[in-house]
Amino acid sequence: MSHLDNEIKLLKDNVLEMMFLVKNQLEKGRKSLDNFDEELAHEIMANEKRVDSLELTIDRDCEEVLALHNPVAVDLRFVMAAFKINSDLERVGDHANSIAKYIVDYGRQVDEETRKEMRMDEMYETSLKMMSNVFNAFITEDTELARKVFRLDNTLNEINREVSEVTADLIKKDIDDTQNYLYLFSIIRKLERVGDLTKNIAEELIFYIEAKVLKHKKMKSKNGDNGSEK
Amino acid sequence: MMDSKTKSSKPKATNVETKPKLDANKQSYKLQAKGVDVFYDDFQAIKNISLDIVENSITAFIGPSGCGKSTFLRLFNRMNDYIDGFSMNGDILMDGDDIYDPSVKVEELRKTVGMVFQKPNPFPKSIYENVAYGLRIQGITDEDYIEERVVTSLKQATLFSEVDENLEKQALSLSGGQQQRLCIARALAVKPSVLLMDEPTSALDPISSGKIEDLIHELKEKYTIVIVTHNMQQAGRVSDNTAFLYMGSLVEYGDTQKIFTNPEKDRTQNYITGRFG
Repeated sequence: MSHLDNEIKLLKDNVLEMMFLVKNQLEKGRKSLDNFDEELAHEIMANEKRVDSLELTIDRDCEEVLALHNPVAVDLRFVMAAFKINSDLERVGDHANSIAKYIVDYGRQVDEETRKEMRMDEMYETSLKMMSNVFNAFITEDTELARKVFRLDNTLNEINREVSEVTADLIKKDIDDTQNYLYLFSIIRKLERVGDLTKNIAEELIFYIEAKVLKHKKMKSKNGDNGSEK
Repeated sequence: MMDSKTKSSKPKATNVETKPKLDANKQSYKLQAKGVDVFYDDFQAIKNISLDIVENSITAFIGPSGCGKSTFLRLFNRMNDYIDGFSMNGDILMDGDDIYDPSVKVEELRKTVGMVFQKPNPFPKSIYENVAYGLRIQGITDEDYIEERVVTSLKQATLFSEVDENLEKQALSLSGGQQQRLCIARALAVKPSVLLMDEPTSALDPISSGKIEDLIHELKEKYTIVIVTHNMQQAGRVSDNTAFLYMGSLVEYGDTQKIFTNPEKDRTQNYITGRFG
């Protein structure tokens, strides 16, 4: 194994660790919301420091590989993808952290009916599935798996489009609980952003593996529907 | 001496792109190799290479040692003619004309196709006389013209400002980087249209190499430049098109940006990423 191969492997391991960490942060966020578990929310907030620290490590790794090894072709694409994926993951981590803050600052147990009306569980399940897909796609270098993320993102966008109206209706019915509905609304918004960032990660994986640029292109989903334009 | 175009056993044509894209109406192919084989006695150094080089562009030949890139470069000013056992098949064209045609005078060809070598090789003469040398052996005696060419060529080679106070200084007393730029000035003095460069910076430090690379960029406007280099980053930095040769064959040829970001062939990728060669 060449020196560069070793550096690339180290970088890949660190990005995988970052993905695993951020995916865990999201999963814990969901559990914390489901069970109104403040302790778990505090754990997420404490782990945010690890996410930030790992982001800096990966940034430094990328800088070193670029400066010392002058990678080209697939190696260059990998380093560029790792650099962007790192930044996307850090922002996903930020959103997980913000959700945990809501739980600590304003949260309380969310009743079943409200969750259903706001499609909160579907939102969480879909965003977690997207994160799992890019995680596995990164390990196996499977671009088909990465592409599945684009269709899943359509579901998040659809829920996000509906949620304003749903939230308004809920507030009208129960004005005393406005703050609670608004905080649930903002969680949906944050998960929608998580979906966008995960989609970016899938695009970066495809760029690295297939040398194809999908950014700012209109996607077609398998059933022929147009996906959203980025 | 050359025993050209004598062998006939051609390997199958390779499935390699040989024509880089031209800017519409602005460029043409200055140099063309068509089905070229080169032999040194029974050893085949170049295997059926066809490749077109764009006018006023920089083309880099890369590949591991012994892949035939220097042999291929030397075909364009017939430098291989003097190598024992050399023979070739195929055609090398410049501006559409066969440079191996018996009617072509090699001395005339080399006025048009200058060459710069790996190690700077100034003559043990003054800076002025080094640059004037090519003109003098052409029989030019007009000193005003010679002086004009010396000054212009030294300026083109970005050396003039460093030596203008004493052009009578011994060329061998210059630094390695200055000597190489002097050799480039010497090549430019006879007004070539093509410059061949065989690893022109491999003996130089990074600062001197950088100056030569900047110079190559500037010269592109007026000259067609072909450069052989072992330095992958240099090929990436200076060239418009890159040809990757391996064991005498052309593996891949095309836009340098494409070759260094997303090469077509696995063998190219493995070479440029340092995984073989």
